[in-house]
Amino acid sequence: MVLLNNVSMTYRASGAQAASGLNLEIRDGEFVFLVGPSGSGKTTIIKLLTGEVAPDSGEIEVNGFDLSRFRRRRLPALRRTLGVIFQDFRLIDNKTVYENVAFAMHVIGASGREIRERVPYVLKLVGLDGREKRFPQQLSGGEQQRVAVARALVNSPNLIIADEPTGNLDPARSLEIMLLLQKINDLGTTILVVTHEKELVNAFSKRVITLEGGTIVSDEMGGYYGK
Amino acid sequence: MRQFGYLLKEGVTSIFTHGFMSFACILVIVACLLIMGNFALLAFNIDYNIDSLESQNEILAFVEDSLPEEEARALYPRLRALDNISSVEFVTREQAMQNFISDYDDDEMFQEVTPSWFRNRYVLYLDDLSLMGATQKEIQAVEGIADVSASLELSQGFITIRNVVSIVSVILIAVLFVVSVFIMQNTIKLATFSRREEIAIMKMVGASNFFIRCPFVIEGLLLGLIGGAVAFGLQWVIYDFVVRHVTAGSLSRLVLVIPFDTLRYGILGIFLGIGLVVGTFGSNIAIRNYLKV
Repeated sequence: MVLLNNVSMTYRASGAQAASGLNLEIRDGEFVFLVGPSGSGKTTIIKLLTGEVAPDSGEIEVNGFDLSRFRRRRLPALRRTLGVIFQDFRLIDNKTVYENVAFAMHVIGASGREIRERVPYVLKLVGLDGREKRFPQQLSGGEQQRVAVARALVNSPNLIIADEPTGNLDPARSLEIMLLLQKINDLGTTILVVTHEKELVNAFSKRVITLEGGTIVSDEMGGYYGK
Repeated sequence: MRQFGYLLKEGVTSIFTHGFMSFACILVIVACLLIMGNFALLAFNIDYNIDSLESQNEILAFVEDSLPEEEARALYPRLRALDNISSVEFVTREQAMQNFISDYDDDEMFQEVTPSWFRNRYVLYLDDLSLMGATQKEIQAVEGIADVSASLELSQGFITIRNVVSIVSVILIAVLFVVSVFIMQNTIKLATFSRREEIAIMKMVGASNFFIRCPFVIEGLLLGLIGGAVAFGLQWVIYDFVVRHVTAGSLSRLVLVIPFDTLRYGILGIFLGIGLVVGTFGSNIAIRNYLKV
């Protein structure tokens, strides 16, 4: 579960206020779109939720971690309950598809047997069975993003945060990725998708939270971006 | 333990997957160690030659003319018992004459010379050349010794040369060491910089700082050890090459060279030690900045 209570945050270097009195609750199992123009504070919310930056005021709770009274050494524990997907995939180039996904399991100290069982299952789930031995550069953009989704999913996180996951993909591959996230959501994982692609948001009838100038201007169930 | 096996494998594999940077790191470590090693060996050899020259610097103690040879020989234990004496050698009048004549080619010129022209004498070698003045006085005080001849100025010259060489060597080796560590650490930093994206990904999937740092440190440690070992091998070849040329030419009569065999374990230990310390700490320090994400 995600809970933001009156959260404000200003970047010290630029003095820009990226979040102002944010209140937000995302329940377990929800599928939420976070939308808004550039500079509206979408990326800041992701950084706040992943513990990359700390709020100036207010309370943040993510998967049972109270980030308001958070110590940095607890950060790995928080991030192991999250799966994060980026626009630029962020795969390790010199690792194969299998190794990129297995790597996330090594981080949490999973046994070799667990890894050998879980990784092929997840790769099959995202439609990458048979691609295990390929390197990221040998895959298409859509396939690379599927690897990123598999990596985010492999440790069974409570919440997957996708930051512009379709930004580098053509419309057909974008739809595939969104359908994949929908499938993962159906299995019980909470999904938060940050995007500015109207068509995609409109294609899925989900909760849409709209940000502008660091504040939430609308939060509608089944709402449509830009309506 | 399960994780350590994985991290060890990651560290070793990483050397090959980042082959060019690994090669650059090893090359820099080898170059720095060789520059430092060659200079240190040169300084050791200069010191060794000065040592040798010092050991040849002697004091002559002339026995009183009135003492017969037996009584002159009886002075030996008293001279040997003095402080700062490494060895004592008795030279009879006859030997002294022979030594004198053998220094000149023209035998006929010395036909009139007889042993009675010379005195029985002792040749004394010292432990510490800097105490030559005090030792000379102690010898002079021994009953039966008529006169003492010591090259105080020469010994002072040796001491000055040794001090200058020692100070210059220590300063230069220290400067080279600091510069080498700086260069090696920056090379490792550069290698780590090219992998900051990889580190950021590790952080994002929940890797602890230990988990991220461990393969880098293992990699740095191995690169340092490989660099140290390669530098040792090359140092051996270079030293051997120089020694062969020095001992083969006319320089061999003037210059003494320390055999590499007597130095090899020390050099190996120092090279591996520096490689290990620089590799381990260099990678540890280099990665620190990227762990704050």
